Amino acid sequence: MVDLKVNLGGLQLKNPVTTASGTFGFGTEFADFFDLSLLGGIFVKGITLKNREGNDYPRMAETASGMLNAVGLQNKGIDYFIDSIYPEIKHYNTEIIPNVNGSTVEEYIEVTEKINEVEGINAIELNISCPNVKEGGMAFGVSCPSAIAVTEAVRECFDGTLIVKLSPNVTDITEIAKGVEGAGADAVSLVNTFLGMAIDAQTRKPLLSTITGGLSGPAIKPIALRMVWQVFNAVKIPVSGMGGIMNATDAIEFMLAGATSIQIGTANFIDPQVSVKVIEGIENYCKDNGFDSVTDLVGALEV
Amino acid sequence: MKHVQDFKVKTYRWLNDENYILTLQGESLETEILPGNFAEIRVPGIADVFLRRPISILDFNPTENTISFYIKAIGKGTRQLGELQIGETISIVYPLGNSYSVVEEGKALLVGGGSGIAPFIQLGRELKKRNIQTTFLIGGRTKNDVFLTDEFSEFGEVLVTTEDGSRGEKGFVTHHSVFSGDFDFNKIYTCGPDPMMKAIAKIAGEKNINCEASLENMMACGIGACLCCVTPTVNGNKVVCTEGTVFNTKELGW
Repeated sequence: MVDLKVNLGGLQLKNPVTTASGTFGFGTEFADFFDLSLLGGIFVKGITLKNREGNDYPRMAETASGMLNAVGLQNKGIDYFIDSIYPEIKHYNTEIIPNVNGSTVEEYIEVTEKINEVEGINAIELNISCPNVKEGGMAFGVSCPSAIAVTEAVRECFDGTLIVKLSPNVTDITEIAKGVEGAGADAVSLVNTFLGMAIDAQTRKPLLSTITGGLSGPAIKPIALRMVWQVFNAVKIPVSGMGGIMNATDAIEFMLAGATSIQIGTANFIDPQVSVKVIEGIENYCKDNGFDSVTDLVGALEV
Repeated sequence: MKHVQDFKVKTYRWLNDENYILTLQGESLETEILPGNFAEIRVPGIADVFLRRPISILDFNPTENTISFYIKAIGKGTRQLGELQIGETISIVYPLGNSYSVVEEGKALLVGGGSGIAPFIQLGRELKKRNIQTTFLIGGRTKNDVFLTDEFSEFGEVLVTTEDGSRGEKGFVTHHSVFSGDFDFNKIYTCGPDPMMKAIAKIAGEKNINCEASLENMMACGIGACLCCVTPTVNGNKVVCTEGTVFNTKELGW
């Protein structure tokens, strides 16, 4: 038997496979396809203090081996999540991890304070890396002082595991990672999407209503993998790795680069059952290669 | 219940050089498929078609475990779907989306153009089961763009418009004489390009007739997870793949 349990900054996961925020709804969208309780955790859709309508259509463009999105944090607000969504998903035997967003530090605090009162939620993902909102979002995550400030503020009002989701749209991601580690983060998750754009040459117009959007999918995997490796070597807190993971082999590569757990994102759109296949694939890899515990893979890159 | 399931390519029926009906066969079939439902089809064998393609379900056969799609080859994905080998495996996620609400009495007018005729086979059959007097109004540029009229005629009267007058009345569907004079339909269903559906919705609004339109926004997931395919409505942004694709045109503000 392979021990698949991992510890992500105090958060116990039954296995290292989780689904990435914004790609898995609130979980129920996938309940027809597999038993959600098989997952290590679900990073649910980004939540803000108040209802947000998100950006105008079109919000998506397919690109080579990936896609751009510019959803813009459409959601019904934290109260709706706590009152109407969480009661529907809390019975699943998996970690439900809200993804917390704000336009101001005060909004991040207010959302976090509300979540801190909810029984059963053991961790949050602090999103300082959304590239698709005009105010807040990535602005907090691309400068060290603001990343530290928002992490410190949220740390003070949250008792559980604080995972800070980092933006790759920075000069040196390890500086931000070290900053939020010092500010009290228990773990970091990376990477969020890369800022990109797509153009229709025939109409000479951008393909997204917002002109720019976030690139995800296998197109970004080598860069994401490099950043996970860099951050793993720069900080002591664990890393939740993501960026173009399409199968178990990709997931194992992220763990070898230093990820304690991984998040599956865009691949959920291609195969709604992919996360279960990744769990099975990781277990088989461990068996075949003589690893008794999946944690033996973390940072096991031989250089 | 939604499924992700492998099928095999059973037959192609080419209607002309860019329109075809693809029929797939599975070892089983989910049979709760409603008029207006769609599937997300994985395009095999082409690296730069990354996302699944949302395609309306044309019809299905529970006895043979087959499901068919009317596809217009307009891009890389839809062209590739026309070039598969018979017997090749293909993955689909289905059935997705809401459906047209089938009226229980009165007379129904179904207005379609382009690839927006696919849901009308199932819808026509359901209307016939309820003894609804059904009229199909199908538009095309020329007579070579008007398809499936024999199939529709099993379920009701078929009217045609073409822009060049080569079949039926000349002009757009909105110019058809069915809309003038004694117009006694109590329901309009429409599917096709947005400008056509908006024009039909406007007529429906003027005549105070309930009208439903099916949108074909670009999608990634097809199951309400990514929120990429939204449309503005009078009740805020709605997710086309799960809260649609069928909307009452008043809700769309048309």
